[in-house]
Amino acid sequence: MAEDTRKVIIELDNVKRDFQVGSEVVHALRGVSFKIYEGEFVTIMGTSGSGKSTLLNQLGCLDTPTSGEYYLDGISVRTMQRRQRARLRNRKIGFVFQNYNLLAKTTAVENVELPLMYNSEYTAKMRREAAEKALTAVGLADRMEHKSNQMSGGQMQRVAIARALVNNPVIILADEATGNLDTRTSFEVLVLFQKLHAEGRTIIFVTHNPEIAQYSSRNIVLRDGKIREDVENKNILSAAEALANLPAPQDD
Amino acid sequence: MNFINLLKIALKAIANNAFRSFLSMLGIIIGVGAVIIMMAIGQGSKNSIKDQISSMGSNMIMIRPGGNMFGGVRMDPSDMQTLKVEDYEAIVKNKYYVNYVSPEVTTSGQVIYGANNASTTMYGESAEYLDINSRVVAEGEMFSDDDIKKSSKVCVVGQTIVDNLFPNGGDPIGKTIRFKSIPFRIIGVLKAKGYNGMGMDQDDLILAPYSTVMKRLQAQTYFGSINCSALSEEYTDQAITELTGILRETHKIKEGAEDNFSIHSQQEIMETMDSTMNMVTLILVVAAGFSLLVAGIGIMNIMLVSVTERTKEIGLRMSVGASGLDICNQFLLESIMISVTGGAIGVGFGWLVSFAANTLLNFPAEVPLWSVVVSFIVCVIIGVGFGYFPARKAARMDPIEAIRYE
Ligand SMILES: Nc1ncnc2c1ncn2[C@@H]1O[C@H](COP(=O)(O)OP(=O)(O)OP(=O)(O)O)[C@@H](O)[C@H]1O
Ligand SMILES: [Mg+2]
Repeated sequence: MAEDTRKVIIELDNVKRDFQVGSEVVHALRGVSFKIYEGEFVTIMGTSGSGKSTLLNQLGCLDTPTSGEYYLDGISVRTMQRRQRARLRNRKIGFVFQNYNLLAKTTAVENVELPLMYNSEYTAKMRREAAEKALTAVGLADRMEHKSNQMSGGQMQRVAIARALVNNPVIILADEATGNLDTRTSFEVLVLFQKLHAEGRTIIFVTHNPEIAQYSSRNIVLRDGKIREDVENKNILSAAEALANLPAPQDD
Repeated sequence: MNFINLLKIALKAIANNAFRSFLSMLGIIIGVGAVIIMMAIGQGSKNSIKDQISSMGSNMIMIRPGGNMFGGVRMDPSDMQTLKVEDYEAIVKNKYYVNYVSPEVTTSGQVIYGANNASTTMYGESAEYLDINSRVVAEGEMFSDDDIKKSSKVCVVGQTIVDNLFPNGGDPIGKTIRFKSIPFRIIGVLKAKGYNGMGMDQDDLILAPYSTVMKRLQAQTYFGSINCSALSEEYTDQAITELTGILRETHKIKEGAEDNFSIHSQQEIMETMDSTMNMVTLILVVAAGFSLLVAGIGIMNIMLVSVTERTKEIGLRMSVGASGLDICNQFLLESIMISVTGGAIGVGFGWLVSFAANTLLNFPAEVPLWSVVVSFIVCVIIGVGFGYFPARKAARMDPIEAIRYE
């Protein structure tokens, strides 16, 4: 098969995650297995409560499986200590949250520098340069010194994406990154993700919106903690085109 | 994570909540300020007592009537009348390690010259008073043995008396002043010595022959005390033994019976005062120290609020790679900075108050350098001690739960 020649970035082997709620056990993930290859743009869909966020937290090394194995870039995550997982998040993962999660009263460039603050290989100068580069990549070169409360939702989300890019991660994870944005801004963000995909980055994008799956290279659907569907998308639509075809905003 | 990054984060957090940080600093500022002021007062008082005593001569020995209850309660009034002229004469005759001797009778009262008057103290002494107390007569002369023998109504006055009684100038020598209605002829003026460390005017006194004060003013046959000086400081102990022997003999005290007088050297008094001052200082500092404890609890309280408020930030930092240790260090550094900055301001504040007390109020206060060092160490300990619990709470948060916190 053609797939064997591509590099495996993520490998899940029968991953389960149970939560103890009072006397009850909630099975959020009931044995999930898949491989994600370098350069894929995967959307994860599913109804509310199907386990998407739980899965993404596993992939982002924020949480560990109750059972099963997770290999990130060939390293087993399950047996790792807290500290080692923190380091892994810092070096290999870029996380984009639904509600941006920027530091208050902090400029865009400082927000983007944040992950590098926890990487002693970066000097203050290198950090600044990397942050400026990432902000330029998301089209915010002219908003570097704006504080988080001086920006629009779309701009804040782009700062958050720049922050996820700045450490040059092997994988970018986004949990409902467009959930809080209007259609137009959602497409702008999507254009950005497609651009990153085109540059060869590996992206996992959790969404409620079935439309978005058309812009990714692969779509995984979860239901009740299990994979129900896992299909490749041979006909990837262009978000830039879709954005151009949107009706122009009324007051512009 | 390196220290400079941590410092930046902590500084920013403090700046973002400048007013609240200042309020929690305030406790430390007041606490450290109070400790510094207390220590300054303690040190200053000790130094001034020391200065005063050594200016009086460190080889001075004081004999007081009554048993050895220096500073304590005395039982029998007759005990207070045990020092007589015979004792003085016996000391003068038999002294070897003792150099100078002066009996002392003091009385306070009004002194009048013309229309001017002042209240002061008259010291009945022998001429050796000058040697014992390292004083000199600047103008005129000291009274003689003959004056003592005849109980002459002559006196040597301090500069303050001159200033008070002769405000318009003029030579006081040869003038007759009245002390408690008795006329005294001024035969000398003491060289001015100024105020001592305790703020006492050392020139506000009149010296007169002890015999005159005893007979003509007090009508008493006993001395208030006898002051002596040892040949030199190192002979103080021998001098005390010698004096004890002489007085036990003149007082006919049987072997084994207790002395009906007490002898103390200046050194002994100095040591007693020193340890008393140390005790007082310690009590004051401990009291002030409690306010530091309260301040520390205040910091802990603020840090706990801060950690809860910033749960989301903590979750975010963790999700981008901060380890528990990084988070712990961040909050620890923040509380250390609050307490150390507060401490620095407190030291400045305490120093300023001490300085003002010293220069404006002439109150002895000296900030000892070590108290500044100790304050800083204590502030770091407070910062770590009271910041540790909130910092640990922050460090143990689960990143997922923290980032979802609203
Ligand atoms: N920390 C937790 N403790 C207990 N149960 C949890 C926890 N996190 C998730 N769950 C449960 O696991 C299941 C999956 O939750 P998850 O958040 O992964 O769903 P989701 O697919 O992201 O939903 P949504 O689309 O609404 O975000 C749910 O039933 C949820 O109640
Ligand atoms: Mg979710």
